[in-house]
Amino acid sequence: MTLLYTEVEEELRASVRDLLADRCAPDAVLKRAESAAPYDLELWKTLAHQIGVAGLLVPEEYGGAGATAREAAVVLEELGRAVAPVPFLTSAVLATKALLVAGEEDLLQELAAGDVTAALVVPLAASPYRPLPETVAVGADGTLSGEVRAVAGAEIADVLLVPVGSALYRVAAEHARVEVVPSLDLTRPIATVGFDGAPGKVIGHFERERVLSFGAGLLASEQLGVGQWCLDTTLAYIKERHQFARPVGSFQAIKHRMADLWLDVVRARAAARNAADLLAAGSEDAGLAAAVAASWCSEVALHVAEEGVQLHGGIGMTWEHPVHLYLKRAKASEIALGTPGAHREAVAALADLPGPV
Amino acid sequence: MTGDDVASLAREFLASHDPGDRQAFLRARFDAGLAWVHFPEGLGGLGAPRELQQVVERELAGTPQLDTGVQGIGLGMAAPTILAFGTEEQKKRFLRPLWTGEEIWCQLFSEPGAGSDLATLATRAVRDGDEWVVDGQKVWTSGAHHARWAILVARTDVDVPKHRGLTYFVCDMHAPGVEVRPLRQITGEAEFNEVFLTGVRLGDDLRLGEVGDGWRVAQMTLMNERVAIGGAPVRRGGGMVGLVTETWRSRPELRTHDLHQRLLRLWVESEVTRLAGQRLREQLSAGQPGPEGSGMKLSFASLNQALSGLDVELRGEEGLEYDDWSFRRSDSVDFFGRGAGYRYLRAKGNSIEGGTSEILRNIVAERVLGLPSEPRVDKDVPWKDLPR
Repeated sequence: MTLLYTEVEEELRASVRDLLADRCAPDAVLKRAESAAPYDLELWKTLAHQIGVAGLLVPEEYGGAGATAREAAVVLEELGRAVAPVPFLTSAVLATKALLVAGEEDLLQELAAGDVTAALVVPLAASPYRPLPETVAVGADGTLSGEVRAVAGAEIADVLLVPVGSALYRVAAEHARVEVVPSLDLTRPIATVGFDGAPGKVIGHFERERVLSFGAGLLASEQLGVGQWCLDTTLAYIKERHQFARPVGSFQAIKHRMADLWLDVVRARAAARNAADLLAAGSEDAGLAAAVAASWCSEVALHVAEEGVQLHGGIGMTWEHPVHLYLKRAKASEIALGTPGAHREAVAALADLPGPV
Repeated sequence: MTGDDVASLAREFLASHDPGDRQAFLRARFDAGLAWVHFPEGLGGLGAPRELQQVVERELAGTPQLDTGVQGIGLGMAAPTILAFGTEEQKKRFLRPLWTGEEIWCQLFSEPGAGSDLATLATRAVRDGDEWVVDGQKVWTSGAHHARWAILVARTDVDVPKHRGLTYFVCDMHAPGVEVRPLRQITGEAEFNEVFLTGVRLGDDLRLGEVGDGWRVAQMTLMNERVAIGGAPVRRGGGMVGLVTETWRSRPELRTHDLHQRLLRLWVESEVTRLAGQRLREQLSAGQPGPEGSGMKLSFASLNQALSGLDVELRGEEGLEYDDWSFRRSDSVDFFGRGAGYRYLRAKGNSIEGGTSEILRNIVAERVLGLPSEPRVDKDVPWKDLPR
């Protein structure tokens, strides 16, 4: 195991970063977020076809890259750094992991090819450690009815994967009602997904904790990317911005805050790498590593984003400056796949630190 | 010189010397160049690459070893400075007994008026023929009561800006006018001393480097101090957090919800800090020294303080007790043998010693993040005109 990046991982990072620099600059992301089509599906196709990110976690025998959580984590760092509006986390990580765990093969092949996109129909706020709200039921005729709120990536999915109890159903998107709601996170909006007697097919077991903990452990890498962008951008700004005839970054009150933020991000990188590495290895410690990374990186990304807004002063409060996109992503991600507190409760169980009797 | 050469030298040496006589053995080891192989021949070394030292240590395991605690300042700080700036006579005179431990060294740098701003120090050395007369007060000197010699920075010119008027000396700790007093800490014991220097006469042959060049010489010493602060590998849940969780697990009656939340936060922070240390060591061994090192001490200081504070609070009635207030000397920090109250109090020093956390944040901000320094008001002002 290593907490460093391998050469292959660095190459993957470079190709994703180059593409995003070209196609996903902050002003373009902002413009798109204001439009009726917040997701950039052209960019997603390029990422899927040229770099092969859609099938990263899919084994080679199903047409995927046969890579691991380590490589997916590197992609997520870069996507977080650009708050890129693409369904990598929702389709290529969460839905793909659910299919891998369920033992499905056909859909995996289609996802790997990048032509089909899927979404796991659970609230983005679902915790790995608590039963999902049972809001979808299977009728006597085998069709699905009910509603799931706050689902990410559903409006652009071709296939919906719907957990009902311990079973995972496959529903074609055209049989569902997907209503995007105004969302806190402009670059990963949420939708209400409704079913009214929708035909569905059981494709295997849904293992909630395994799938969502995997997702949370990898989301930590996206959060690392968000935090790193906020740190870098704020640092550049306070070196340029002058008040009282000095760069504001020369004031000790600012420097000390930046030093603390840097140290938080350094530790976030170690935590996120550790989680990715142990998830990749299928280690028995992977759950603990994911909980540690999820709780730490969530809070760090949010803290750096909040400090970023503050240290930008007035410009940080404007719609024009992109830092708000990162603040919104960081705040929404804090809730996604288990809050920091939920992950610390899991640490209590996994590290033998029981609560009061 | 290869590892095999060094190994066979060490084996030959061991075959012909009796480890039973500690002092004679260590002297002979120094003379054989097996003390620190990267030092020059004749000064305890072989002029070999530094990494071959581990070959010697392997071959000579089980023979008399140095006391790296009490000899720490000598080995880690005085020796590299003497090697870099000393005259041939000084190297010959000092290095052998320094290494064998026959002569212990201490460091006379910090002063009551010069802590973070070391270069502003006020201990004066005034030339008198072939001698220097030293007057002043030094503080936070560990091992001064054992020491035969000290490395000393003193002010030799008050009319130039602070960094330029300093000179580096070797101070004879047995000279008349040197007085060592234990400095009692908030823990009750005395790990350190105050050293009062009153009319201490030092020969000019005890000067290390040029007159006025003391700051540059001191940088060499301090650089070596920072190398020593890296942090050893810890297992998950070990170290300071392990002491708290031990109590937590064995005393369920002490647990509250509030303490639980705080403990979990600190456990997670300890774990991510441990991982960052592990990542840093990986980077170093892969030959990519990262800037992460500067931050580790900051993290350890705040974690040690928060965890030891939680430990005392958690213990309730027992937290009101203290194991030992007696005023005695101690040569080390004993986090694991002593009580929670001691740990709480001693950890307060972690954010002060070896660079305060405030200074370390400046170092991170300026050297890692490239932020500008605060405007300096003391840069071009003669030392004697600085407000003190």
